[in-house]
Amino acid sequence: MIDLFQDLVNWASGPTVLFTITTVGLLLAFRFTQVWSRTSAKIFFAVLTVFYVASMWDPNFFLIVAKPDNIPITGVIFLVFFFTWFAMHQGIQNDRRREGGTEVLEKEEAEKVWVWPDLVYTEMLAMVLLSIVLLVWSILAAAPLEQPANPADSPNPSKAPWYFLGLQEMLVYFDPWLAGVVFPTLIIVGLMAIPYIDTNPKGNGYFTFKERKAEIIIFLYGFLILWSLLVISGTFLRGPNWNFFGPYEYWDVHRVEPLLNVNVSDFFWVKLLGQPLPSGGLFAALLREWLGILMVGVYVFVLPVVMSWSKDRLPTGLKWLSCHHYYEKMGATRYYIGVSLFLIMMSLPIKMYLRWAFNLKYIVAFPEIFFNI
Amino acid sequence: MLNRILAPLSAAWKEATDSQVWTSIFRHGKPVSNRNRALVMMSNVFLHLHPVKSRKAGIKLRYTWCMGGITFFLFLVLTFTGLLLMFYYRPTVEYAYADIVDLQEHVPLGIMRELHRWGAHAMVITVWLHMLRVFMTGSYKPPREFNWGIGVVLLVLTLLLSFTGYLLPWDQLAIWAIAVGSNMARATPLLGTEGPLSASLTLGDISLINAGNDARFALLGARSVGQPTLLRFYVLHCVGLPLVAAFLMAVHFWRVRKDGGISGPM
Repeated sequence: MIDLFQDLVNWASGPTVLFTITTVGLLLAFRFTQVWSRTSAKIFFAVLTVFYVASMWDPNFFLIVAKPDNIPITGVIFLVFFFTWFAMHQGIQNDRRREGGTEVLEKEEAEKVWVWPDLVYTEMLAMVLLSIVLLVWSILAAAPLEQPANPADSPNPSKAPWYFLGLQEMLVYFDPWLAGVVFPTLIIVGLMAIPYIDTNPKGNGYFTFKERKAEIIIFLYGFLILWSLLVISGTFLRGPNWNFFGPYEYWDVHRVEPLLNVNVSDFFWVKLLGQPLPSGGLFAALLREWLGILMVGVYVFVLPVVMSWSKDRLPTGLKWLSCHHYYEKMGATRYYIGVSLFLIMMSLPIKMYLRWAFNLKYIVAFPEIFFNI
Repeated sequence: MLNRILAPLSAAWKEATDSQVWTSIFRHGKPVSNRNRALVMMSNVFLHLHPVKSRKAGIKLRYTWCMGGITFFLFLVLTFTGLLLMFYYRPTVEYAYADIVDLQEHVPLGIMRELHRWGAHAMVITVWLHMLRVFMTGSYKPPREFNWGIGVVLLVLTLLLSFTGYLLPWDQLAIWAIAVGSNMARATPLLGTEGPLSASLTLGDISLINAGNDARFALLGARSVGQPTLLRFYVLHCVGLPLVAAFLMAVHFWRVRKDGGISGPM
């Protein structure tokens, strides 16, 4: 019985299943907003806590979770869940108030109060509580210290600090110039651009979901799935050789996973035409990669334009792509910057699924100049 | 009986608060009257980050989660514990690890390193949660667009502070985490040896970008994680980044006030 449960959890933690389950779960939670209730939060946290505590009896689970530098990840799991729920819960309560004809909760207590004592006491209390938490944590758990540095002996797996493991996880799907340089830069630039792209005047200064659905869904998808989930799975579920290991699995250094990844050029020339890849010179390289270049070009340059068209201009079957109302609302500059950033963000899950479905390695591959996408 | 103990105590307290020393530090009475509540905010350099009055809904814990304040408090804790750690720690390949072991084994009840490390991890999380709150309440919207941008830079600085600090214990965890993290810099387009298009930067036959001058070299100060990296990260961690962060925090807090205080519905 326990074995069966553990096998099930190991299976469900696999990158493909876990990513799909959490994405679908999140989208369903945005569709059926009644799940953000107090009761479901209580049930959810009870289940999560029981799962966590009971799993501590499993030696492999305990080994990973109790590793000193992994303690913050346990914090991340509970805190991110709690505060996401808390924000969505208040947003949905406010939406209901609006529907019922009352103002949002934040508008109700509009009178000004003295900061001393109303705010400084709260801050004082927060400081005291946090100090206690930090002191207890520091007394109970020693800060990690491993063997002295030895440049000749690289540990397996070699991991970046936990908050960069989302980026390290991206390395599975993208080359370092994208996962380690371009994407981080775009994350920073994209975050800073949010206030200038988002022209929706509603939901300024109070929790809401209904009035800013698109913004919240995109942001939370990025924050919860593409960032937090990858950090969590990168810490707990990636073992030697960056292979995937379920939470109850032993980190076997000798486990070999066959890598049969192929490029789009292989699909076209070898599998489809039964020819060897064109070789020799720049022209041959461009010819070899023409399909991949076309795919990336369409995704980056053509798709944003097509998405700006109204439903009437789009052929049947592609009508769902239409973001014409955003184009109208935001204007060309904001629209193109916003959609480009969004599409680049979505290129991560797209590449993930292409890898899982077709073992696709590179869409465009110019290993000669380290330019692989 | 109780009165007999309390009466002299309260007399002593009154004596103390009426003394010239006390009144020179606190230039007003207890903040029980509205006038003094205003004065305490304006005459205290730390409290004056706050306004005198604030909207009731805005300062509710359920609205702010106090996350920004907690983050700032953690920054102060880290500055203080970091300062103490600097007394014991020498940033050289020869001594760094031994100094950390000494801290752990020979300083009685020493938990400064623990406080510093766990506080740093906690700060990364509280910055994320603060951003989540600010996003979910739409508080980046006009007129607060610029301050959101400052906040994003502060997030990056927090991560960089944590990243540079990660190297300092000079153990296996440290150098390999930095090695993995900094390897990515090799792939910087144009500026890294293994980055796209870097090979095209040549002067005649000479390639301009090599392992001795690329982006990774600039980060590490060497071809691999070594003494120059340790010193570089130490200086950035203890002086450079905290200074920039403190400066931007000042801007951040100032702008919170100037942009209308804690956000709320119009």
